[in-house]
Order: sequence, then structure tokens, then C-alpha cells
Amino acid sequence: MIYLTRKCEFSASHYYHNPELSAEENRRLFGKCNNPNGHGHNYTLEVTVKGDIDPKSGFVVDLKDLKEILNREVIDAFDHRFLNREVPEFAAQIPTTENLAISIWQRLEPKLQVARLHRVRVYETVDLFVDYYGER
Amino acid sequence: MKAYLTRRYWFSASHRLHNDELSEEENRSIYGKCNNPHGHGHNYALEVTVSGHVNPSTGMVCDLTELDSVVEREIIGCYGHEHLNALPQFEGVVPTSENLALQIFDILKRKFHAAHLERVKLDETSQNSFQFAGGRELR
Repeated sequence: MIYLTRKCEFSASHYYHNPELSAEENRRLFGKCNNPNGHGHNYTLEVTVKGDIDPKSGFVVDLKDLKEILNREVIDAFDHRFLNREVPEFAAQIPTTENLAISIWQRLEPKLQVARLHRVRVYETVDLFVDYYGER
Repeated sequence: MKAYLTRRYWFSASHRLHNDELSEEENRSIYGKCNNPHGHGHNYALEVTVSGHVNPSTGMVCDLTELDSVVEREIIGCYGHEHLNALPQFEGVVPTSENLALQIFDILKRKFHAAHLERVKLDETSQNSFQFAGGRELR
């Protein structure tokens, strides 16, 4: 078993708000992140896949294919978007870094055919990141 | 859905690696430059990883401000800009980054209860880092 990690970046805006809570509770819970006009981050995404090395190619996965899946499923959907309004799953879920990592996993996992997804790591800033391993 | 959240913090401190039970020569041989009697300092980077189920109401593993305030109060407030050898918790304990990481894990385990403490990672420099997960294997 070998692990391969591919890194990419996207920039997006979001805000944190739970419509089931009062305006005051939202402000208390989410602070500055509750500003309805949103704010942005330069996110860094690390996707780690695992599998056996193909004896013919010497690859665990064809990086060209992985890059194409990442671009199509994640970057095209998230980059330069207002996540709350433009990404369907965040209409009903708060686009926290935790939920971003889970959403990215759910977008990628069914599309990977050769190697299996091991970890999705999303950096919101250089000092804050979330890992998701597909645990329910 | 279980997720792992990691936050990185910074603090600076000085230390001297020296074991009173060993001879001067043995200390110099084991610790080299780090045995300089005047001490020396590092900018430590501390990564704290906590885990838990993502709360559907907040979308979060835990309230980050709570983690920040515990780390600020219990770790940065305690070790930041100190000479580690002079602190009571290092009496009879060599303030290596190994021992510092163990202490930090132990303090956070006792003081932070909003999520499960998975591991601490302490970077002494950009070349040396130490991780402790309470004795468990790292993922």
C-alpha cells in the first residue's frame, strides 16, 4: 500500500449562519463569521489516495486523471464562489471547514476508480485545517 | 461524521538541555550545543488536533474560541517567553521537546473537554518536530 497526496488551491467566500437559531444566537456562536455579506479565504486542499503500485506504469494513480477529477468535482465548483449561495450542499449546511472536507470527500470518493481515497485535508488558513477520513 | 480539526499556535521560550545527575563531560557529549549553560531559544509551533462528530447545528467539531482560550491560558500563558528550566514543572526533568510535548498533551487532556484530544505536534525548528498522541500510534 502506498499513499499519494495531491495539493491544490481555491479561493472562496462564505458565512456561518444557522436559520434555526435566532439572530442573537448566530452572532454569539459564529462571531465575525456571521456577517451575511460573507468573507473569504484562500483554501489549500490536500487529497491523499492509497493503493498498490501498478507494475506496468509504476503509478498508484495516474496524476493526470486525479487532477482532472479534482478540477471538475471540486475546483470548478468551489473556486471563486460564494459557497453558501453557489454550491448546492451548502444551501442547507453551514460551509465550515469541517463540512467542506466532508463535501469534498463525498464528491471525490465515487469518482475514484483506481486508487482509494484515504484523507481529505482542507486548510482554511496556514494555522487551521480539518482532516476527514470518511468516518461516519 | 467524524472530523479532525488542527489548529497551530506559536510561542517562544528558552531552555538548556542538562541532566544534573550526569557529569559535565557526559552532558556535553549527549547534548552538545544545547548544553550551553546560558541557554538558547526557539520559536515553537504547536499543532493541537482534536476530533469529534460534526455538530449539525454549527457545522463544527467544537467551538474554536474555546480551544484558543484554553491553549492561550494553559500553554502559551505558561510557557511563552519563559526559560523552561526555571519552571517548577521542569524541576528534575530535562526540557527537551519530547518532555514539553508530553506536558502539553497532559495539560490539554485535563483542561479541554469540548472535543477529543487526538495529538499534539511540537515543531522545535522547521527541521525537528515531535508528536504525542497519548501513547497511541499516529494515524
